[in-house]
Amino acid sequence: MTNITDLTLTELVNKIKKKEVSSREITNAYVNRSEKSKKLNTYITDNFENALKKASDFDNNPNYEKKLPGIPIAVKDLFCTKDVKTTAGSKILNNFIPTYESTVTENLWKEGSILLGKLNCDEFAMGSSNETSFFGNVQSPIGKNLVPGGSSGGSASALAAKLTPATIGTDTGGSIRQPASFTGTVGLKPTYGACSRYGIVAFASSLDQAGPMTGNVKDCSLLFDVMCSYDIKDSTSVNFKRKNYFKELNNSIKGKKIGIPKEYRVDGMSKEIEDLWQKGINIIKDSGAEVIDISLPNTKYALPAYYIVAPAEASSNLARYDGVKYGFRSEGKNLIEMYENTRSKGFGDEVKRRIMIGTYVLSSGYYDAYYLKAQKVRKLIKNDFDEVYKKVDAILTPSTPSSAFTIGEKSNDPVSMYLNDIFTVPINLAGLPAISIPGGHDSKGYPLGLQIIGKTFDEQNIINIAYAMENQINFKNQIKDWWI
Amino acid sequence: MGIDLKTVKHISKLSRISLDDEKAKKLEADLNSIFAFIEKLNELDTKNVEPLTSIAETTLQLRKDEIKSTNIREQVLKNSPEKNKDFFVVPKVVE
Repeated sequence: MTNITDLTLTELVNKIKKKEVSSREITNAYVNRSEKSKKLNTYITDNFENALKKASDFDNNPNYEKKLPGIPIAVKDLFCTKDVKTTAGSKILNNFIPTYESTVTENLWKEGSILLGKLNCDEFAMGSSNETSFFGNVQSPIGKNLVPGGSSGGSASALAAKLTPATIGTDTGGSIRQPASFTGTVGLKPTYGACSRYGIVAFASSLDQAGPMTGNVKDCSLLFDVMCSYDIKDSTSVNFKRKNYFKELNNSIKGKKIGIPKEYRVDGMSKEIEDLWQKGINIIKDSGAEVIDISLPNTKYALPAYYIVAPAEASSNLARYDGVKYGFRSEGKNLIEMYENTRSKGFGDEVKRRIMIGTYVLSSGYYDAYYLKAQKVRKLIKNDFDEVYKKVDAILTPSTPSSAFTIGEKSNDPVSMYLNDIFTVPINLAGLPAISIPGGHDSKGYPLGLQIIGKTFDEQNIINIAYAMENQINFKNQIKDWWI
Repeated sequence: MGIDLKTVKHISKLSRISLDDEKAKKLEADLNSIFAFIEKLNELDTKNVEPLTSIAETTLQLRKDEIKSTNIREQVLKNSPEKNKDFFVVPKVVE
């Protein structure tokens, strides 16, 4: 029999349903491989003992009607998990044990899945390389000293290294799609309002969305199907008719109209990315879809607008970390000094930087010049998409402007780090869904991703396009287990 | 427009994050390079553009005002760094 950890999520589900393998055997296989993979630093908190116990419980009393029967899954440490430490990659939450469960993780457990552990991420999801985590860098299984991307870096690394059969992340400006692109995996950022934000540690509330990260598109459709739900506990959750994304998966894209935005051909873009994009365009044409040149004229303003909106919302959201109700506290002579010491010692440099940006743009006299301006630019970006969606069904772009970089390469220059998200940020600003799938390798053998952007709540369409393209691309990750 | 050291210290006060001089200087440089990048937005004329205030295209739902969680005092206090019976404890605020 092949290695359990080499199987896909849907293969595992089928095998368990056919009683060819037990939940205990699957869980054991992932626990063993995770134990041998500590060098990657993917886990902040493991739940192995508990997971094995739950797996045995499942085997003793199995329910094969569930969508993820007895399947162990590790999740990004931004999701609150009842009675299991949840840190958001920060020192300030290093002792925080939630008394409640996030809706998205609750949806997983309701369908029979088992928590394997909590995965490393950039502190409060602020970063593109997993270097801002209080718990240290994550290594990418793709190569030694290579970043896995961020902020869902631990998730991407654990998934690509086969320490979990699938995982979930969050995406505020590219935090699912960029690490998926860097590690040769599939990542979906759903439409704003598709998955509940209840119980997810907040970064920028008008941009944050949870989404699946998987080894292939079919697994993505299954996990998204489980995660996605209307939730009264999230006031921005949208009550629309959700599809059965897994059952309605098909690879027919004949007659679909796919837009190619000229503004994504940015200055200094490498030939490798150009070629990757062209390869994607050719595949779409060969599959019988129509390729249409389009323009999204305000694209270049997305990143500067994002670096007003996201820090502004973050500075407001992170005001709750005051050393009083939960989390880390550092004493002071009086209340104010206690706040200042707590926040100064509890937050890392990138988080402080963003709180400061946000506080500045929201401070007296600057609101109109920055936040209001950014919200207007956001409207223009949304209008650009609305306009092109009168002509096309979806949009194809590269996921990132480069392949993975090495640890330390960009950490001293915040703006160069922010530029990583140039192709992903506009989608969050407009609240749209987008999926990143592996498109090929660069000359160094590192994966490169292609991004398919959809209309609001049109996840099924982009998943199906991704499924058709995946079949033609036939990508194989070249991972050599160098860390074991 | 430049951000000087005095402004950095003012923002640090507003953010309730204390900074030593070395950190403040580093932040001054970082913020200036970030804001130089953000200033690109000034190229755009947005005089007649309505700001985007909500991206979920639905109106907020009303719900009944009902008590759903009861007896959760212990849970609420559970993660507090310092508590006394039913209260969160903070440094003395009244002399």
